[in-house]
Amino acid sequence: MKDTKTTSKFNQISSVTNAIYHLIFMVVTICCLYPVLLVIGISFTEEDSLKTFGYSVIPKVVSFESYTYVLRNAATILKAYKVTIFVTIVGTMLSVAGTALYAYAISRKEFRYRKFFTFFKFFTMLFSGGLVPWYLVCTRLLRINDTIWALILPPLISAWNVIIMKTFFATTVPDSIVESARIDGASEFTTFIRIVCPISLPGLATIGLFVTLSYWNDYWTPLMLTSKPNLANIQLYLYNILKNIQMLQDTTNVISQQASGEAIKRLPQEGARMAICVLAIGPIIFAYPFFQKYFIQGLTIGAVKG
Amino acid sequence: MLELRSKKHLMDNTTKSSTKIKKKKLYSKYFRENLEYMLMVAPGFILTFIFSYIPMFGIIVAFKNIDYKKGIFGSPWVGFENFKFLFQFPDVKIIVRNTIGYNLVFIVLGIIVPVTFAIILNQIRNKLASKFYQTVMFLPYFLSWIIVSYIVYAFLAFDLGLVNRTILAPLGIQPIEWYGKPEYWPFIIVFLHMWKTTGYSSVVYLAAITGIDHELYEAAAIDGATKRQQTFYITIPSISTIIIIMLILAIGKILSADFGLFFNVPLEQGRLLPVTNVIDTFVFRALRINGDIAMSSAAGLLKSVIGFFLVMVTNKIVKRYDDSKALY
Repeated sequence: MKDTKTTSKFNQISSVTNAIYHLIFMVVTICCLYPVLLVIGISFTEEDSLKTFGYSVIPKVVSFESYTYVLRNAATILKAYKVTIFVTIVGTMLSVAGTALYAYAISRKEFRYRKFFTFFKFFTMLFSGGLVPWYLVCTRLLRINDTIWALILPPLISAWNVIIMKTFFATTVPDSIVESARIDGASEFTTFIRIVCPISLPGLATIGLFVTLSYWNDYWTPLMLTSKPNLANIQLYLYNILKNIQMLQDTTNVISQQASGEAIKRLPQEGARMAICVLAIGPIIFAYPFFQKYFIQGLTIGAVKG
Repeated sequence: MLELRSKKHLMDNTTKSSTKIKKKKLYSKYFRENLEYMLMVAPGFILTFIFSYIPMFGIIVAFKNIDYKKGIFGSPWVGFENFKFLFQFPDVKIIVRNTIGYNLVFIVLGIIVPVTFAIILNQIRNKLASKFYQTVMFLPYFLSWIIVSYIVYAFLAFDLGLVNRTILAPLGIQPIEWYGKPEYWPFIIVFLHMWKTTGYSSVVYLAAITGIDHELYEAAAIDGATKRQQTFYITIPSISTIIIIMLILAIGKILSADFGLFFNVPLEQGRLLPVTNVIDTFVFRALRINGDIAMSSAAGLLKSVIGFFLVMVTNKIVKRYDDSKALY
């Protein structure tokens, strides 16, 4: 970055171009920011004013009734929230540990079978058995459907993360350190935990973030593998509400029209739905700016071939 | 990047030979070390074996008439019956057209737009502003498709939706029933895909651009190259490796689809199916809603095999032109 200052006279673009570029990105910024602000805005708007004035980012009549609705129905929402938090925390810890161990082993040149294990993981990026055999393995062979493990285990070790982590270890852990620890008689596990992990914290943080995000936003795995309501995470909870909206939309279906009267009653109102959305987006989005550095770093490592 | 790697390999080899004697002394440890490494890969190996490799052998279900009572192995073989059945399904053509069509648009736009954005972000004078744009552009990547479905619904709902209510009504245009009009959805889907992924890909390309040696630009500027010439003759060739890797991976996924985008965002509306039904949603519906294992497994197998074949072929072609740019 320091270089850019000294070389900037060569690289400078004209003021007009610069202005046009800024203009383009203003539009992009609005496109990306506005929808999220809208969700937050709606969640703080009074329900009746929503109906008369329509949606807007700045509430015409501010109200917290959406959030009191959430509190009144805290039992179900909280349960969903608990599932999400439990799965995210346990899943992330297991995933980072498993990924790091696997990646470290295949990054070591002393490991005789590292080529085999690297290919073993890489191949899963190229070919998969498809949805049905996977579904049968989960439900018929392991019988983990309708258990909490169904949400944690299947996505645990992603090939992409293993390759990112492997590249990270291979480029940032100096051989000399590992070598000297070995000569001092440390076992590989001790070396890994005491020496490699502390110096690889940025890499671990990066995949930790990727994994946290994917567990937090996962609705597909629970949709596939669970049918018990007490295993629904916050995303699946929102999905189930969406199902009712969907029935209302489908005016061609006579049965759904009859059922829709019932559905409307059970449906949380516009504001309340958005309040649940805010809760579902919340932690991830607010944490993001602080972790952006790690995230971008991770992407950069991923861009280097493993 | 590959040059670096091959240099490293050379270095590895030289150090290897010099440390050979040292290694012999440590031979008793050699076995123990490998055992420890084996223990390290064990959890990942077992999980990968269960969730990725057993299903690979499980592709035989596509050739069987599955009867749960008899189990997978006890169920009778039916040869290509399931595939015949699949191709007799009237919507198959539309589904394949949708899947490949959307993916081709995604691939083309998914390279042009993020690369352009990355180049612009790199050239913007105010670095702080550039950082801000990056952060904001990344935002949609963090939202799940379920949340996006709610957002889209807030925009497109018939009565209260932002578009009908706030934009079209003041202009005197009749409200549009968005969820019943398939003609708009190809644009909505492409827009949403770009909206969600551009930030991510732009940052990947930007990272590659910032890695380019600055002296190249200086030299070009001294020789009188314009900014545009610098972009086309330095920036783009320098990041072509990463572009091609992303391209190969994207081609391998040409029969896949972002499930949430095609399934949840259009609210599973039957009237939109002609433009929103793709292989993944078809397989899901066949399996989870109709319980039709035969058809869904046949479609899933075809998808995997063709995807695999495409990666191989693309990689071969890339290799023929430029070995260093191939995926493996």
